[in-house]
Amino acid sequence: MTNAAALNDNMDIDTMEIQDDTRGLHYDENLLYEKERCDRPGVDLPPPEGTPLRTGFEARGDIGLSQVSEPQVVRHFVRLSTKNYSIDSGFFPLGSCTMKHNPRINEKNARIAGFAHIHPMQPESTVQGALAVMHDLQGWLAELTGLPGVCLTPAAGAHGELAGVMTIARAHELQGNTHKKVMLVPDSAHGTNPATAAMCGFDIRVIPTKETGRVTVEAFKEALGDGNDVAGMMVTNPNTCGLFETDIAEIVDLLHDAGGYFYCDGANFNALVGKIRPGDFGVDVMHLNLHKTFSTPHGGGGPGSGPICVAESLRPYIPSPLVLKEGDTYRLERDGERETQCGRLKGFQGQFGMHVRALSYMLSHGADGLKQVSEDAVLNANYIQASLKDDFHAPFEGPMMHEALFTEKYQKEHGVTTLDIAKGLIEYGMHPMTVYFPLVVNGAMLIEPTETEGKDAIDRFIDVMKKLAADARNGDVEKFHNYPQSAPTKRLDEVTAARQPKLRWSEA
Amino acid sequence: MRYLPQTNAARKEMMETIGISNVDELFCQVPDKAFIDGKANVPDHKGELEVERIMQSYADQNVDALTNRFFLGAGVYFHHVPASVDYIIQRSEFLTAYTPYQPEIAQGTLQYLFEFQTMIAQITGQEVANASLYDGATAMGEAALMAMRITRRDKVCYANEIHPQYVEVTETYLNNNDAKSYSAKEDPSNIEDDTACVIVQSPDFFGKPHAYDAWRKACDEKGALLVVVINEIVSLGLLPAPADADIVCGEAQSIGVAMSYGGPHLGFFACRQKYIRQMPGRVCGETIDADGKRGYVLTLSTREQHIRREKATSNICTNQGLCALAFTVHMALLGEDGFKDLARINHEKACQLADSVTSIDGISLANDTFFNEIAVKLPAGKSAPKLVQDLADQNIIAGYAANEDTLLIAVTEIATEGGMKALTEAIKGAL
Repeated sequence: MTNAAALNDNMDIDTMEIQDDTRGLHYDENLLYEKERCDRPGVDLPPPEGTPLRTGFEARGDIGLSQVSEPQVVRHFVRLSTKNYSIDSGFFPLGSCTMKHNPRINEKNARIAGFAHIHPMQPESTVQGALAVMHDLQGWLAELTGLPGVCLTPAAGAHGELAGVMTIARAHELQGNTHKKVMLVPDSAHGTNPATAAMCGFDIRVIPTKETGRVTVEAFKEALGDGNDVAGMMVTNPNTCGLFETDIAEIVDLLHDAGGYFYCDGANFNALVGKIRPGDFGVDVMHLNLHKTFSTPHGGGGPGSGPICVAESLRPYIPSPLVLKEGDTYRLERDGERETQCGRLKGFQGQFGMHVRALSYMLSHGADGLKQVSEDAVLNANYIQASLKDDFHAPFEGPMMHEALFTEKYQKEHGVTTLDIAKGLIEYGMHPMTVYFPLVVNGAMLIEPTETEGKDAIDRFIDVMKKLAADARNGDVEKFHNYPQSAPTKRLDEVTAARQPKLRWSEA
Repeated sequence: MRYLPQTNAARKEMMETIGISNVDELFCQVPDKAFIDGKANVPDHKGELEVERIMQSYADQNVDALTNRFFLGAGVYFHHVPASVDYIIQRSEFLTAYTPYQPEIAQGTLQYLFEFQTMIAQITGQEVANASLYDGATAMGEAALMAMRITRRDKVCYANEIHPQYVEVTETYLNNNDAKSYSAKEDPSNIEDDTACVIVQSPDFFGKPHAYDAWRKACDEKGALLVVVINEIVSLGLLPAPADADIVCGEAQSIGVAMSYGGPHLGFFACRQKYIRQMPGRVCGETIDADGKRGYVLTLSTREQHIRREKATSNICTNQGLCALAFTVHMALLGEDGFKDLARINHEKACQLADSVTSIDGISLANDTFFNEIAVKLPAGKSAPKLVQDLADQNIIAGYAANEDTLLIAVTEIATEGGMKALTEAIKGAL
């Protein structure tokens, strides 16, 4: 028997010792490639007829793929799934990520044959329903943001940022503002903001926010200078410290006077949805994460969807294609129809399956429900902030928006860090908050409960956090450093992973 | 309101703890002018049954591939997906997890990403692959930018007939960087000096498979990287792997992922090991935990925006994780033999269709060689766009009008003999 087969049985054939850590409901699952090779695949296909090839090439030789039966494949992935934490299994307060409940009706709708099995290049007369979904979604997003131009193409938040910044670049280009090469970005911004601006050829000028967690008028003026070279500003509002930018109206006026555009990162739109319209506090362009605010699942890292919404003044420049309605007929913008647009950003029309899910969610919540969403999200965050303020250091003056923010300051005095707290939460069966972000405070803990948690779940989290704070005060540092003990694995060696990258399985 | 668990009593208690009497006090820093007066101007909430009916009524206006005659490809392919795939990807633990930032409680996601990367590397004949990109078009754009970083050059060469939307997206990415591009018109001797990369699509947009050796040689002479783009990944079960390329990228929607009107699909990206620090996107790597047990983590993050900010190799973070899972499950089910058989069946169906369609007077193939998509030249004076629309009016999705007289027709394992016969008859009738 081969070594691979022995692994598959979790047992060393010679010594009869169990070689893995499968105990109770904890599974140790090997790689597909380490399973005994089955002499037939996990699908039944009709045998090829063996007709001569007309490809111009010989048939390909050995690829090296695994081969296992259907029951083994299903068991493999189900076992792997048990090693994951998810929003369906518990509290997931990951700041800036809006891990809210993902309704299954959205999944069901996206799988209707008339949505799942249509092709992006079908004649428009055969996809009127799909175009109507996109058109109506454009309408909902325009109304909720107060920004009338909507492009649904971007595939995720960072892609939406690219679309938004390209839109600004295109506007300046066509207005002859070639001297406007600087993008103002606060130091608290998501890393994607400066990365995106750089991708579009802008120079980054940083606005410091350390003192108050906000962009102050003074700091903004300092960064703006005479404003001649400033193309725009990328600010997340509510910002990454969980705070609303109190001076935003005045700052935007100054920016607009200097001929700059205000890009608002919409990652935190859940604090505003249905209650406050960003277009009404001066935003010119904003991306929305449908996989945050509008409940499409994160899927362990995508697919997301990052539409952009823009003010009337930027509408000519957004990427193509838009969905248009003429009489009762829907159509996509044609090539060359809008010469001012900034280009195509993605194949076809965007993550349409996510559009279906997001529209299902909006219809379910409606105007009344969405307003309650932002109110409950903000209430939950402030309740956490108020409940933990004696145990954890709150760096900034509230009220908070939909996130609570603390630092490790009190715990550090006892040798316990933010990372230790995070791993401690895992030990208590919860997903950690976002850690070490934003960068403007040391050892940040950014907590976003979302509106889909009730008081009981939040109280349980608060109790665990208080227990961890008490343990830190008692100085049991060693215990913290060994967290988690009960998770599927212990702390992983990320340094070795990066120094000696092993990115695929290969035969030993 | 069914997604909101908070009771009114709990809200009141929480407000007391905070020290407020009205939730609006928490929004006190927002300028007055930004508040919606009352409620947003959209309908109020609806029950699940009503939402289902509304969404179904949209879907009913579409002609779907499942219940109609369907032969459209052009970069997106209608393949059969085994039922297990959708059951697995709908497991809560996969569907509702986040990007695996906390590896101790995300080993499920991380291990399948490691398996996905292995499969992509094997199928493309490359050394390593990343954990996915948005789609084939953006993957090609990222490949061009990566080649420009590696060679420090800013000129991109399109070798042959590449999917027009892939070119459009790449042009968008290039424009942001003031880079230039040109076409080599299928002739390697047209490669210019100072070219960062030469991009070959195979099978090309017209379905024709290409050899890479002449391009490889020409690239070596000019110091350019060879990028191969694949948008029908099933073809690699039959065609030779582009093992000599520096980067192989494209679209893997064909395995496990529905067409879904253009997205979400599955961009893939593979390259040589020596270039991994210039690679865009997330990567999963093997490591050990505190007990020395094997585990997986996201790695090489010093390339990424959350560390490098404006110096990052790409701004991408959220990618197509769940689509990568669908691919991995489907490919695991296919296995080595199933994947190759699937490719062979696709090709044999295309051969059948080619014979059937060319039996029509005046119709010929634009290319003698193909994989699962044929380019059909229509008789003189006949319009391909008109033919497509005429057949669509009979609920037959006949293919893609690549230009005025060329129709691209794709067939997969789903096509039946009866269906292909019906298509031939319908084309005959419409001409």
